Amino acid sequence: MNIPASFLIVSNSPLLSLLLWFVLISALFYMARKPAHDAIISASRILFHAFRLGGASLVLAAKRLKVRNKEVLLAEGKVASERIIEREFERVNAAVTKDLSTFPALQRSISETVTEIDEDYHKSAEVPPVPPGWAKALEPIATISTADNSMVAEVLKSIKVALDKGQEKSLAEYRTSSKERHGWLKKMVPNLRQIEKGLSEANLCIKNLLERSSTIDRHMDEFEQINKGSNMVEQKLSSSSLTQFFISGFVLAIAIGGAIINFNLIARPMQEMVGGSVHMLGFRVADIAALVIILVEVSMGLFLMESLRITRLFPVIGALEDKVRFRMVIVSFVFLFLLASIESGLAYMRELLSQDDAALVAGLLGDVANNPVEMSGRWITMAAQMGMGFVLPFALTFVAIPLESFIHSLRTVLGIVFVGFLYLSAGLLRFLGNISRYSGKSLVNIYDLVIFLPLWVERTIVARNSIGVETGVAAENMTAFDSNSSKEQNDSKASTKKRMSRKVVTKKTVKKGDDSSLTQTQEVLS
Amino acid sequence: MRAIFLCGLLLSLLLTGCSSDQDSGAYNRGIYLLIDTSGTYTNELNKAQQIINYTLAKLNSGDTFVVASIDTASFSEKDIISKITFDDRPSKANQQKRIFKEKIDQYVKQVKSSRYTDITGGILQATEFLNERNSQTKTILIFSDLKEELKEGYIRDIPFTLQGFDVVALNVTKLRSDNIDPREYMDRLAEWNRRVEEGGGQWKVINDLERLDKLVQ
Repeated sequence: MNIPASFLIVSNSPLLSLLLWFVLISALFYMARKPAHDAIISASRILFHAFRLGGASLVLAAKRLKVRNKEVLLAEGKVASERIIEREFERVNAAVTKDLSTFPALQRSISETVTEIDEDYHKSAEVPPVPPGWAKALEPIATISTADNSMVAEVLKSIKVALDKGQEKSLAEYRTSSKERHGWLKKMVPNLRQIEKGLSEANLCIKNLLERSSTIDRHMDEFEQINKGSNMVEQKLSSSSLTQFFISGFVLAIAIGGAIINFNLIARPMQEMVGGSVHMLGFRVADIAALVIILVEVSMGLFLMESLRITRLFPVIGALEDKVRFRMVIVSFVFLFLLASIESGLAYMRELLSQDDAALVAGLLGDVANNPVEMSGRWITMAAQMGMGFVLPFALTFVAIPLESFIHSLRTVLGIVFVGFLYLSAGLLRFLGNISRYSGKSLVNIYDLVIFLPLWVERTIVARNSIGVETGVAAENMTAFDSNSSKEQNDSKASTKKRMSRKVVTKKTVKKGDDSSLTQTQEVLS
Repeated sequence: MRAIFLCGLLLSLLLTGCSSDQDSGAYNRGIYLLIDTSGTYTNELNKAQQIINYTLAKLNSGDTFVVASIDTASFSEKDIISKITFDDRPSKANQQKRIFKEKIDQYVKQVKSSRYTDITGGILQATEFLNERNSQTKTILIFSDLKEELKEGYIRDIPFTLQGFDVVALNVTKLRSDNIDPREYMDRLAEWNRRVEEGGGQWKVINDLERLDKLVQ
């Protein structure tokens, strides 16, 4: 081992120099023991308290954030619930406007039908005419004996014939009348069916309204729960928000994939328009232009969805008059249509450029003869590219819906994550605080380990002195009993007492075991 | 606020995630090809054509491509056979590539071999040209056996300044003397390697023309 010459206390003896250095350092450390211990302990305490304070602050911040998260969550839940209830009321309104508006007509139809039925009923209830009254007058004549008088018999016969004829006629009339009545009754059946149909329609409407009202009741209950701000509702809303976040995130990822495909369709032909070698901020300008077109399409889609009141990202659009909103719908749709057409044209251009590239590469690399470019199926890819170029902008319009969900749920998710992060940080700070506290204690022990030699010497001296004290006490007792001792002995006693008082002080300080007292002991001993 | 943040995030994601199909990462590349026309090496020119065609196929709009010959005195613009900076529009660039190819084909048909080989002069000319163009990536391709033969009186013990340059030796054929003592060939390669790297350039040798995919970065 090489020791620098400047560190050699005894020349040509590194081992001795090392020993001397050790003794010197130990002595210095021993002398600085108390302030060093104090410094270590106070530093560890400062760190401990600082970390604990930091941890407590973070916990407090996390609690505040949690409360704020709850408020935001409940507010969002309230808005969502209001929206659902509003939609339900709109549906009820639509149902009432659509179905109940036909009720007066239905009522009129039913009352007309009832009147018809009533009339038909009355008609069907008419009794056939009563047989003529003279038939009863003929009964006494019919009882006259016809045995002798043939003339009477003839008269009676003719009367009978007339009666039979009359009866037959009456019967025929009765039958005709019955047929007519049955006809009237038969006519009542479709009317009754019409009434039944009208009533069942009215019943369906009412049933529908009742169902809607029960749905509204359910949502109203939820709304009330949100207003109360119970923990159960908070958990429910939080879980719903997380689900929404992941679902909308997944759909957005798909949409981004679609946007990238769209981008690749138009980036190459864009080079024809804005140049292929111009760069801005490290990106090709053609790529930026293609991306801007896609983003403009997405924006138009957002405006379209907002104007249709499907999403509510921009309250200003939602609050516009219906007439203005309708104009916005038309304008955004027209822009979207134009952009889709442009994209379709660019996709066509891309195919032409690809063909040109393929022909050039084949010409340069001499592959024309070996791999002739197949042109017959080209129209399929061209049509597919053009179709995609036209359809994708409209498909991207629907990104607005998951985007809205994502934005709304993002606040909740970020809040939850941040609260978790704060709690984690607080735990970490507490852990660090405890580590600093116990590392301070460990450092004190390590310090003592370094100066074990002077400490051992100190303890040995203290122990020896304490034994001396005990012997001194015994000697005092002996002299107390010996009242006839000599003057020399008295002198000796006085000196022993003096020593004893000194040793008692030492013993007390050793018992205390206090580090500061140890230093005092040293002074006393010296 | 959240919407703006999200839009920004989406924009940066798309900008970094999207790249057009022919984007090679670098832009405004400069490639200077030196063709050795001395002695029997002219027989190898059909291979040089192959390399030129491959390079043309790989280059994009805005890139610069120069083909120059190595003859007795190569430190001259007169040795440039054809040079082009491709137009911004890809369709126009394709037309330029076709014209360029025709020019090279014509040159190959009527090339005459030179007595001397001034490779250093060619490299100096290429360095000067590409530095003037200020291309983002600068590549010097040397299609030669790397055996330099200078005419008397020509001074070429000049150190190169090749910071930011890639120097690629292509089709370094073995001479008859190399076959007798291969150390000559190795020493020749090592010497050029030393000179290029001392000048701050990157040295590479591609003898297998099937590995041209690493030629244009």
